Amino acid sequence: MSAGNKSAKTLELTPWCTVGPYFAICVTTELCIPQIAKPETKGERVRLICSVFDRNSECVPDTLIEIWQANADGKYNHPADGQAKSVDASFRGFGRQVTDLSGACEFETIKPGRVPGPRGALQAPHLEVGVFTRGVLKRLATRIYFAGDAANGECPVLALVPKSRRATLTAQPVAGQPGTWRHEIHLSGPKETVFFEV
Amino acid sequence: MGHPSKNKKDVRSSILVVPYRRIDPRSQPPYLFPPYRLTISRAPRKPLIVLPHTLSEVTGPVFGHEEVGETDNDLTRQHAGEPLGERITVSGRVLDGDGRPVPNALIEIWQCNAAGRYRHRIDQHHAPLDPNFTGAGRMLTDAQGNYRFVTIKPGPYPWENHPNAWRPSHIHFSLYGTAFATRLVTQMYFPGDPLMPFDPIFNSVRDERARQRTIAKFDLNRTEPGWALGFRYDIVVRGQEATPFERRK
Repeated sequence: MSAGNKSAKTLELTPWCTVGPYFAICVTTELCIPQIAKPETKGERVRLICSVFDRNSECVPDTLIEIWQANADGKYNHPADGQAKSVDASFRGFGRQVTDLSGACEFETIKPGRVPGPRGALQAPHLEVGVFTRGVLKRLATRIYFAGDAANGECPVLALVPKSRRATLTAQPVAGQPGTWRHEIHLSGPKETVFFEV
Repeated sequence: MGHPSKNKKDVRSSILVVPYRRIDPRSQPPYLFPPYRLTISRAPRKPLIVLPHTLSEVTGPVFGHEEVGETDNDLTRQHAGEPLGERITVSGRVLDGDGRPVPNALIEIWQCNAAGRYRHRIDQHHAPLDPNFTGAGRMLTDAQGNYRFVTIKPGPYPWENHPNAWRPSHIHFSLYGTAFATRLVTQMYFPGDPLMPFDPIFNSVRDERARQRTIAKFDLNRTEPGWALGFRYDIVVRGQEATPFERRK
């Protein structure tokens, strides 16, 4: 396929703009979704605490965090996933939630299974993450992996990230609280999280 | 890990991932735009890592009618009385870059009231709240990608970015589209607003033509005589690369 193959009717994209400070009036009860997995959802339970920080390591409240993930078998609840695996009827795989005054928010979910990546090589279990806040003009796309998962070493997407920065994509288990994971997102600064051009 | 061992070749041949077209950065604002002061402490400085599209990026949340109430697209009918302000309709189509309609897409909007005040705890602007206005709406596009909201025109309001800073009137739009890759959040402005040239957020999109695409068009044909002015705002989200089948055409 050549780049010059574009038809004359190709339309130019609408530009992004910041969500600003007040989007939370839109994230109402039905569409504020901290509980990604229901009690009956199959899979290893995960309580995920996300915290957001700016360039000066100050916490960032009023930030929208969105999560998109596969189910425990590594199947997305979406028509574009043609894998011969079953969806879990209790599991859409989507959550969104706003950070509190300490810049943190929590999700209840399950650890996703592995899904195929570039050229069919399996990716390690991961969550797709979008970060939206005032002062950020377009979504910051990142991922959350799980520390200690044996598959991390062979994930074709993690392999694209310089070794020294991979830890910024990895949630850490909280000592003494089985199933609880903590993840810090640093928008900028010395601990800047890896963000992707999607 | 308990994953069933799979013949990798089988996995490869059964999964078709049609990637979305890469976004031309000139159509978009940068992360770091110092006239918008807060970007200085919040913009990442390291280059983004280009992510080849996998199943994770070409899938995304699907929303249904059960999440959208019948009158959620009419922001003037969410309370006992009508909100104060200039009643308007904002309507248009959601299309992809190839001009194909995006059906069944969740659109959410939020805005301040006619006096320039948001119903949100951190909005301290010295302007009245309107007991008849929340300022949030949502709907799904129809099979042709059409949407239509009824609301009131939001007012301008001051903000702390620089001395005498005012935001032009705007409505925030949020769309999921069909995949993680098609997410879009933007702001729609009104034609002829004198504050636009002074607004660093509007001007963070450096390309003049791209900036113009964030301004709604006044449309006399969509104006409902004796009732509401009509504005048209079409939204274009990215489209997919041609599939192997389409390429032969």
